[in-house]
Amino acid sequence: MPTEEIDLPYHIKYLSVLDQEGQVDKSLEPQLSGELLVKLYRAMMLGRRFDERMLILQRQGKIGTFAPLKGQEAQVGAAAALKPEDWIVPSFRENAVEIWRGKPMERVLLYYSGYNEGGMMPVGLNMLPVSVPVGSQMSHAVGIGYGLKYRGQESVVATFFGDGATSQGDFHEAMNFASVYQTPVIFICQNNHWAISLPRSRQTHSKTLAQKAIAYDMPGLQVDGNDILAVYSAVKDAADRARNSEGPTFIEMLTYRLAMHTTADDPKKYRTEEEVKQWEMRDPIIRFEKYLRAKNIVDDQLVQSIVEEVKTEINAAERRWQEVVENGIDPLTMFENAYAELPENLRDQREMLKKELEEKRGLVEKAAVSRD
Amino acid sequence: MPKMNMVQAINMALRQEMEKDDSVILLGEDIGVNGGVFRVTDGLLDKFGSQRVLDTPLAESAIAGFSIGMAILGLRPVCEMQFSGFSYFAFHQMEAHASRMSARSQGLYSVPMVLRAPYGGGVRALEHHSESREIYWAHTPGLKMVIPSTPRTARALLVSAIRDPDPVIFYEPKAVYRAFREEVPEEEETFPIGKSRIAQEGTDITLITYGASLRTVLEAATELNEQDGVSCEVIDLLSLSPLDDQLFIESVKKTGRAVVVHEAHSTYGAGAEVIARIVEKALLYLEAPVRRATGFDIVIPLYQREQDYLPGVLRIKRAVRETLAF
Repeated sequence: MPTEEIDLPYHIKYLSVLDQEGQVDKSLEPQLSGELLVKLYRAMMLGRRFDERMLILQRQGKIGTFAPLKGQEAQVGAAAALKPEDWIVPSFRENAVEIWRGKPMERVLLYYSGYNEGGMMPVGLNMLPVSVPVGSQMSHAVGIGYGLKYRGQESVVATFFGDGATSQGDFHEAMNFASVYQTPVIFICQNNHWAISLPRSRQTHSKTLAQKAIAYDMPGLQVDGNDILAVYSAVKDAADRARNSEGPTFIEMLTYRLAMHTTADDPKKYRTEEEVKQWEMRDPIIRFEKYLRAKNIVDDQLVQSIVEEVKTEINAAERRWQEVVENGIDPLTMFENAYAELPENLRDQREMLKKELEEKRGLVEKAAVSRD
Repeated sequence: MPKMNMVQAINMALRQEMEKDDSVILLGEDIGVNGGVFRVTDGLLDKFGSQRVLDTPLAESAIAGFSIGMAILGLRPVCEMQFSGFSYFAFHQMEAHASRMSARSQGLYSVPMVLRAPYGGGVRALEHHSESREIYWAHTPGLKMVIPSTPRTARALLVSAIRDPDPVIFYEPKAVYRAFREEVPEEEETFPIGKSRIAQEGTDITLITYGASLRTVLEAATELNEQDGVSCEVIDLLSLSPLDDQLFIESVKKTGRAVVVHEAHSTYGAGAEVIARIVEKALLYLEAPVRRATGFDIVIPLYQREQDYLPGVLRIKRAVRETLAF
């Protein structure tokens, strides 16, 4: 019985363009316009500042639980590498991507302050709402990809998820379908090293996540996920291939969640401050800024004006959000969109809630009068 | 007796059963180092080690399937679904295998596992973190389904669930986790699965409920007594499957009136089954149609509107008054 090696031409590449110090590898540097580079920098800053602002609002009790993205702002590079008509299927830590694509920040605030209306997005963004159950949304991307291919459209789909998601059966099923049907999908795994308290090393025994692609005969690539140029290049390349009918790609972005899993989580329980500090030195924004300064694309003055602009933009979004909230949202809207047309029993239930709310208001007014 | 909240009571049940029986194994996402996202399993990794408290990869289906295998081998796995809203990944394993293994193997193999999951609204959480879909499990033959309402019932029921020869789904009302404390005896206490209890005696009407709704029902009962002089008997179901219909049937025979209260959707909810049993077994004792005060037949809204969705005191009082006025 002969045994011999099956010759499989697989290997996993690691891509890094911009190192921790902002030094660029000239041979790999994507040729992006100064305008786009500034736009990317601005989007990263906005992502960081909006995240910080949301954390304050959460601590003040003005919004509820959310998943901070601090440290993962290079994700905007992935969004930027797509065309506006390409689809985005996010999980729940992609605010910066969603805002890049055009989701209004006031909608994000509305959603996280507990209003279902926050799920509404402008028509034509080609982006699905936040998906919370880990690993469940990737097969939707594959279905969208199949539909695009079936309709002969040139668009592609990018789906985002974390390292934890790669343990789910749904992830493998989505990868397999994408491979079997050769759909134009880019699987973007933001390996931020922690799935709540479980470190990446205990999530899977595999050396890399990128190698998971090998089993599906799909190109798998690992990139420095805090290097926006590497992220941009990898996604651009995968999108070109997908558009060219060359099938799906899996990209593992090596990044780090600098903050908590969600605002309900306390990372001190499971990881060291030293580890976090190590990753703070690899901050995606700082190194990109160094690169832009070295290229004379930004200087102190431009950085300062971007900081101001971002602040103004966030303030304006907060004001719009506050206006919506202060104008009041009718609780009865909870029945809207449950179905295309509201069934009879739900019309009855809505009527019942209406009476109950009137009764509640009556009691509140009565209490107010008796206090006076 | 020490006073404790539900989180502490469940932790005590797990600890004591693990001390007593080395076949009890805990597994789930973030239950070890982190002690569970609600800290229910806090300290158990340190006490029992990583062979018995497993921080698993993020894969609910495998957590359930892996537990089924352990249980077939004779271990007593207690697995945690971080939130009931994520347990549907595991539903297939529980439905296709845990619930059927005994019948399929004609009694050769059993699956003595417990699947724990926090469920229910009222904690201002994100989507998938507030729902009440216990009936998926209760509707599945071969599974047992229990829901405690207080620290003491949680502890006693969990001990019974761990020792039960069949797979038991154990839903924990997370709104109750730290809501109040109750005396829980340090010494062993069990509560039979398939039995309910009278939470408050009364004569005019029977209110049937379970889980987090029990507190709201008791509050409504107090107000009805103060405002209308109505005496409510309150039944705490505790087990949805098997359902103990004896206790509430006896009560309805006495009061002639009933209202069923639960957070879960109305249509095909536990209330539908309870009312069917009343119709089957006590129809001629009824003085009025039985009413339901429940969540609506829509996905529970995000937190700003969840209190408007949940059956609160007003909805319960209205249902009771309508039943009494019939």
